[in-house]
Amino acid sequence: MTDLLEIKNITKRFGNLTANDNISFSQKEGEVLAILGENGAGKTTLMNILFGHYKADYGEIIFKGSELPSGKPESAIAAGIGMVHQHFTLADNLTVLENIIIGERSLFSPSLPQKSAREKLRNLSDIFGLPIEPDTLVINLSVSEKQRLEILKTLYRDCTLLILDEPTAALTPQETDSLFSTIKQMVSKGLSVILISHKLNEILSVSDRIVVLRQGRSVGEVCTKNADRKKLAEMIVGGTVDYPKKQAVKKGSEVIRLQNISCDAINDSSKGLNEINISLFEGEILGIAGVTGNGQIPLAKMMAGHLKPKNGEMFFLGKKITSYTPKQFMDLGVAYIPEDRNIDGLIGDMSVWENSIMTETNDLQVRSPLGWLNRDNCKNSAHLLCSTYDVRTQSLQQPARLLSGGNVQKLLLGRWLSRRPKLLIACQPTRGLDEGAIASIQKIILEVRKKGNAVLLITEDLDELLMLSDKIAVLFNGSLSNSFGAEKLNRSKIGLMMAGESFDG
Amino acid sequence: MIFDFIEILFTAGFWAATIRIACPLIFATLGELICERSGVLNLGIEGIMSIGAMVGWMAVYQGAGLYSGILAAAFVGAIFGLIHAIFSVYLGASQHVTGIGVTMLASSLGFFSFKLILPYSTTPPKIEPFQPLDIPLLSDIPFFGEALFQHTPFTYLALASVIIIFWLINSTPFGLSIKMAGENPMALEAQGIDVLFVRSVAVILGSALMAVGGAYLTMSAFDAFYFGMVNGRGWIAIALVIFATWKPERALLGALLFAGLDAYQVRAQQLAGAVVPYQFFLMMPFFLSIIAMIIAAKKTRYPKALLIPFRRGERH
Repeated sequence: MTDLLEIKNITKRFGNLTANDNISFSQKEGEVLAILGENGAGKTTLMNILFGHYKADYGEIIFKGSELPSGKPESAIAAGIGMVHQHFTLADNLTVLENIIIGERSLFSPSLPQKSAREKLRNLSDIFGLPIEPDTLVINLSVSEKQRLEILKTLYRDCTLLILDEPTAALTPQETDSLFSTIKQMVSKGLSVILISHKLNEILSVSDRIVVLRQGRSVGEVCTKNADRKKLAEMIVGGTVDYPKKQAVKKGSEVIRLQNISCDAINDSSKGLNEINISLFEGEILGIAGVTGNGQIPLAKMMAGHLKPKNGEMFFLGKKITSYTPKQFMDLGVAYIPEDRNIDGLIGDMSVWENSIMTETNDLQVRSPLGWLNRDNCKNSAHLLCSTYDVRTQSLQQPARLLSGGNVQKLLLGRWLSRRPKLLIACQPTRGLDEGAIASIQKIILEVRKKGNAVLLITEDLDELLMLSDKIAVLFNGSLSNSFGAEKLNRSKIGLMMAGESFDG
Repeated sequence: MIFDFIEILFTAGFWAATIRIACPLIFATLGELICERSGVLNLGIEGIMSIGAMVGWMAVYQGAGLYSGILAAAFVGAIFGLIHAIFSVYLGASQHVTGIGVTMLASSLGFFSFKLILPYSTTPPKIEPFQPLDIPLLSDIPFFGEALFQHTPFTYLALASVIIIFWLINSTPFGLSIKMAGENPMALEAQGIDVLFVRSVAVILGSALMAVGGAYLTMSAFDAFYFGMVNGRGWIAIALVIFATWKPERALLGALLFAGLDAYQVRAQQLAGAVVPYQFFLMMPFFLSIIAMIIAAKKTRYPKALLIPFRRGERH
């Protein structure tokens, strides 16, 4: 077999950050090549260069024997490269067909190829087993249907090399399996695939060869059949990771109880809640699984006092809650790690020390009785926080947005935990973090549990969910399933529940 | 008395006036609609209409034909559209600030050059504007003939432009790219189409239409140019785009509705001017438009990428 694609010495810098540093590899025809690496390792940047969204500072790309012009998606498409972006590139208020035919004809052609497009789309759907309704508005499609549409879009433009950027990020395990069988089918029809992922399991199950990136560099290439899991993991992180271990903890008395709590949807992308019941005890972690948008955000916000339920009651340490304000809940002992830590958690342009005392300005440790902040005390307490929770900063004066994701999360957790909360609500606490940071965040969460506090863990990472949780329940369409002991569940069972099947166990 | 008020609606003159008043709004609303569909708010509209009114009129006054006047207005509108596009599309500057700047520049420049060319005119000089063109046979139909088929060619052009823009947006690749640029520019880029080019062309085309709307005022509705003659029609068009939920056919409806209210208030003033202060009637179309907007725009799906500059090659 000949080389289909050759990437030669690609280098790309964004300001001071070298996103891609002299990366080279090649791909054969009919091969599924996986590009593996943590978030920020430079995988997406590399693919954006290959597809022409970015111009490389240095290096060249040879596709089918000729050099691909840099920075031109239209030439990549014309050469037969198709890309499914991690964040879908679809126009929500247009139909499936409109999203597909755009770009097929010259902009100045007087008509759209409606009829032939319909025909071609139907053929492709049949050949690859990807059914889709051409006249639906994209906004009404589910996540997996949107992805199907993205794949069809590339096939429609006759692509021979398909790039999939983190394709499983928002899929249930079942949808992931069906995506992988689609990939295998495409390869059997002669296509080549580049799969980008940070999930080791997935890569091992579907790829032929693996290229590992770390911090913008290529650190190795292996054939999947010779791949050693542990070794790959070490290549990704560049060292060994000290994984947290869960210890048995005695369950105490009830911390919070939700009775028939309902609320309306807060925006278009998320469902409301429908008669939720939760009872959470000391020393217990309740994991909430579910596909994004099924009510996770309202649930977390409500339990942190940011949202008032429409119906139902909530009890904290046996007492009924009457006022739903964040302040009230903070005073009761609730800590809330929001899903989007950089927007709802910290103020990126303010310094680390300011962020670390932001919620503590009533504490006489940091302010004088007259209301002035005492800078020395502030900095001392910030310093203490950073050393206790291992927040690595260049200085306390550094703006928080310059911290890495792991350090931001540790700062945020540390700020909340120094209040000694009875209940920690953690939304996607390890999303987008690298392996080492994930391990330390998970350790902190287990430590909270060990101290006899309750944790509500909302996460999309099923491995994390199964490892940390004592009990697991699934949110689907705003309803919460019964909760089950984590030991009674596995990935595929949870996956089925996330899709709304066998919802009651 | 009440009968008199209802009777207004049954005069052909009222309907003919409604269409006449609607024309500049139709052009302007369609123009703004194209810009916004591509994701660019064009607050330059008021000024572009003013300079369009001046240039169209001046061209004819200097001896050009009426149709050349329209073309001249469109050309100048396109130039100001290009200015707006350079700043707000290519340089990614604030669409609000750029748009206000274009309005101030265009309207002052229009009046300034008018004074420069005709320094000594005290009463505004006049041109021979478009004359009503009776459409054979159709104009003889009682009532409808007078209401619909005894207008100037410029008026028929306004109505035709609704159909053209409807076709452009709904049935051509370019229209589809305009819509996509306003919904998710990254989707367009990922299909190999230059977002900045599509947005710029949309802004230039839209601005040309706005200028033609201004020219209607001096070349068909009236026969002279004077300062402040656009009189807020541009701002009304911006509101009408929302009323129209960014659809050309509804833009026509909105323009006719507003114009109808305006035509009605003039006639109602004549009937009841002695009892009710005339300012009350002047206010009526605006007041009722606000009510109509509140009702119509409640569940609007605005273009998702409106106001958001697109920059290539940036990390998203």
